[in-house]
Amino acid sequence: MKSNYYSGPKSLKDKIVDLDFVLIFLVFLLGIISICAMYSTEQGNFGYYTKSHFYRFFSFFTMFLLFSFFGINFWQKTAYLFYLIILLLLLAVDFYGVSSSGSKRWINLFFINLQPSELMKIAIIVFLSKYYYKIPSDQITSFKHLFTPIICLMVPVILVASQPDLGTSVLILISGIGVVWLTGFRIKYFLYSSFIFICMLPVGVALLKPYQKSRILTFLNPERDPLGAGYQIIQSKIAIGSGGFFGKGFLQGSQSYLDYLPEKHTDFIFTLFAEEFGLAGSLLLLVIYVLIIYRIVLIGNISRNNFAKLYCYGFATAFFVYVAVNMSMVLGLLPIVGAPLPIMSYGGSSMLSIMIGLSIAMSCKIYNDAE
Amino acid sequence: MNIFSETFQNKSRIISRRMFVLSTLKAAVFISIISRLFYLQISENIKYRSLSDKNRLREWKIVPQRGILEDYFGKKIAKNTQVFQLHMIPEDVPNLEVLFFKLSKIINFNKEKKRYLLKKLKKRKPWEPIIISDNLSWEEFSRSNLLLHEIQGIKPVVSVGRKYISDGSSSHIIGYVSDLSVKDLENSELLRQINTPGLKTGKIGLEKLLNNKMIGKPGIQRFEVNAYGKRIKELKFTYGEAGQNFRTTLDHEVQTFTQKILKGTSSSVCVMDIYTGDIVTLVSNPTYDANKFVHGISSSDWEELIKNKRKPLLNKAMSGLYPPGSTIKPIVALSALENDVISPKLVIECRGSVERYGTTYHCWKEKGHGFMNLRNAIKQSCDVYFYEIARRLGVDRLAVTARKFGLGEKVLDSFNEEKSGVVPDTKWKLENIGRGWLIGETMITGIGQGYFQTTPIQLCLMISQFANGGYKIKPRIIDDRYALQNTINAWRQEFISKNKNENFNNPNLKKLYKNQENIKFILDALYGATNEPQGTSYRSRFTSPEYMYAGKTGTSQIRTITKEERKLKIKNKDLPYEKRDHALFTAFAPYLKPRYAISIVVEHGGAGSSGAAPIAKQIIKKVLDRDKLRKKYQLDLYENI
Repeated sequence: MKSNYYSGPKSLKDKIVDLDFVLIFLVFLLGIISICAMYSTEQGNFGYYTKSHFYRFFSFFTMFLLFSFFGINFWQKTAYLFYLIILLLLLAVDFYGVSSSGSKRWINLFFINLQPSELMKIAIIVFLSKYYYKIPSDQITSFKHLFTPIICLMVPVILVASQPDLGTSVLILISGIGVVWLTGFRIKYFLYSSFIFICMLPVGVALLKPYQKSRILTFLNPERDPLGAGYQIIQSKIAIGSGGFFGKGFLQGSQSYLDYLPEKHTDFIFTLFAEEFGLAGSLLLLVIYVLIIYRIVLIGNISRNNFAKLYCYGFATAFFVYVAVNMSMVLGLLPIVGAPLPIMSYGGSSMLSIMIGLSIAMSCKIYNDAE
Repeated sequence: MNIFSETFQNKSRIISRRMFVLSTLKAAVFISIISRLFYLQISENIKYRSLSDKNRLREWKIVPQRGILEDYFGKKIAKNTQVFQLHMIPEDVPNLEVLFFKLSKIINFNKEKKRYLLKKLKKRKPWEPIIISDNLSWEEFSRSNLLLHEIQGIKPVVSVGRKYISDGSSSHIIGYVSDLSVKDLENSELLRQINTPGLKTGKIGLEKLLNNKMIGKPGIQRFEVNAYGKRIKELKFTYGEAGQNFRTTLDHEVQTFTQKILKGTSSSVCVMDIYTGDIVTLVSNPTYDANKFVHGISSSDWEELIKNKRKPLLNKAMSGLYPPGSTIKPIVALSALENDVISPKLVIECRGSVERYGTTYHCWKEKGHGFMNLRNAIKQSCDVYFYEIARRLGVDRLAVTARKFGLGEKVLDSFNEEKSGVVPDTKWKLENIGRGWLIGETMITGIGQGYFQTTPIQLCLMISQFANGGYKIKPRIIDDRYALQNTINAWRQEFISKNKNENFNNPNLKKLYKNQENIKFILDALYGATNEPQGTSYRSRFTSPEYMYAGKTGTSQIRTITKEERKLKIKNKDLPYEKRDHALFTAFAPYLKPRYAISIVVEHGGAGSSGAAPIAKQIIKKVLDRDKLRKKYQLDLYENI
């Protein structure tokens, strides 16, 4: 009955008390671990990567805490605008983007090289949550409610995929589909579309760039080109496997400090962590991620607002997907696609988008009674 | 409002239900990630740990010091010395072209070498040193040290290289080392294991024979390397083991002396201890400088060695095959006596030639020797007499005796380059030529011609086994005192029992005779051949008893002498070099207390009496002069022999 009772605007003190301190602590802990891991990638030097990761984490962490106090209504109202801004940025990348190693993903905003595709991962969840939260569940599958979400989902997915950045576009797609699933979209439609998807797969493969094809082939058999395409995954497996139960010890990861590990700052940071801290460390890290996801789901559970509920569940699902895809990738369970590990991986845009996502979830917690 | 709210409630329920389904899925995914982690880090941990170590660790082998070869008196015949080298670290060189130009001014650095280096550089990592020149003279080395500031990227290095005594007297028997070839690696498991840049392997001679023992064990430097192969830090250093040193039975001074007096001929000499089988001298002439091979022989030097008709690379003492000529006669005589075919008293008239089976067989002495008994026939080397006893003996029985004395098989069995020669008999001819034996062939086999093929070292062993009273010995070139002790003890027992006139059957000494009187008879006949007038080597005798020796000459024809030539009485000297006979001589000394046996073959040297015996005489004197010194080094093992 209490839930029906509307208590009016909260005082600042109440808002602070209502913060999810467990979630804040977990994120902070993860940040500290990520700084240590970054420190280890530089062989124990407080070098460029460690420094900028350190600064980024603390500024974005502060931002996360501050943004948490934005009312949930603010996010709900500006959801479409937020999506539109990110979409425009994404389009701008196409024209004014900064190229690096063959792909155009970044846009120079003078103070930061932003990767809008990372922000789109959050924007799509916010957008779809807003679109769906008040459509009754029996009308969800109706014809008129079908076009907008599909177009709004597919446009950024295609834009990102053409950068090319297959990893991020897949993550955006899965995040969007996750929200659509949560709204109660008929299961049979999912089945139909997966059937169509499987039928389209050969066409899709034909559209892939040669390096992407080789990644998939390499995933199926890493030994086919151990010094070329298979090198990353083989070295990654060696690093993880050689860690054992307790790992080689902090700063002792020979695979990483002798440069055998590729992309050790970004996508393969977990590999370095697993090499140095072993199964014990990896499980600890996994537990932290599970707890973060669990805390976000809990916020969704207590949210009375369906927008908040949808968003929290959607974000939790997306967060889970980021972690699962990255870990599966470095463990050799999935092909290598560029997918960073939330907070752990080096990269400003990824960190920014995760922190924004967390602050929206946090505001759901603070304003959980808002309808 | 209520309905609206209910729809909301309903929607909220749907969302929660869907979330529940998703959560189950998430749990499943996480479980699979955890099990994958468990699989990689626990189940497969050992595999991946070793792969990680394989990534991280690299071992560099350090060339071990090769064992030294000494002569009997401890003089180093093959040793290791400092060599001066220049190494280059490619990544430190600012301009390769300029550097090569400067080098060409300082050291011997030609275009051929430049091309070779450039080819090699392509396969190397820029931080790996490459050898520019591996054997510089001191002048070149000091000059490059002085101008080091000019040649950036070059590092002068003092390393260890093989060095042989440069007179070349022992080049054939010692052999040489050189860089490993693909073939060497294919043939040797050991070389594959210890293959190290800069490692040399024995190619021929004792260097090859004892390679596995002399090569040593390389030291190991273990480094941690990064993904690009650059050394990060040294983790472990294991010292290698130097190879085993060997003392040979050779006397370097006699080797040098022999080489000197053989100069100008194409010849070989073998001197052997008749009791122990120690090879005192084994020389082949012309010789070559083994040092040239160590750092890669230049193509002009190689051409010169290959094109020389006197075959300097061939070790004639064991790879040269010659018909034994008259030096086989003691064997023929012994075989006939042992088989009771003849008695020493048998008298045969030599008229210079004999008609048998429609062919005329000539004696070397055209006028003939007149009436000959066996002793005189050996002494004067009468061919007609030996035609007859060979005819009576038959080739098969002759072959048995010849093989017993070591002909037809390798003397030092482990040398690849040694030849085993041929002792012909009826079976041999049928198997190898495919035709039946002709009786006429027996006659010429009786004077060591025809199919007979022997090496000088075999002839030396043969005469040794006569000189020691008819016992089998095992020649050796590597001095192993412990193994020798048994031989010495056996001989001691034999002498004691002989002094007491006991008929003792020594298990360690194999007798090659049935009746020792026959051996004694032949030794006496050989005494006559050298020390009595009309003996074939009478002119080369020593009169003083301590040098007095006994020997058998031999002249081996290398072609059939035609009737016209016989009529013209063409002398060997007048023939072109390639058509002259080989001169052979086998002997033992001193006659009264025999100790050493010698064999000498001078290719195209003419008659044995004039072409070989005078040379042998000088060598015998030298060997006997050094006998006392040699005994000193034998740690009084032989006192009683």
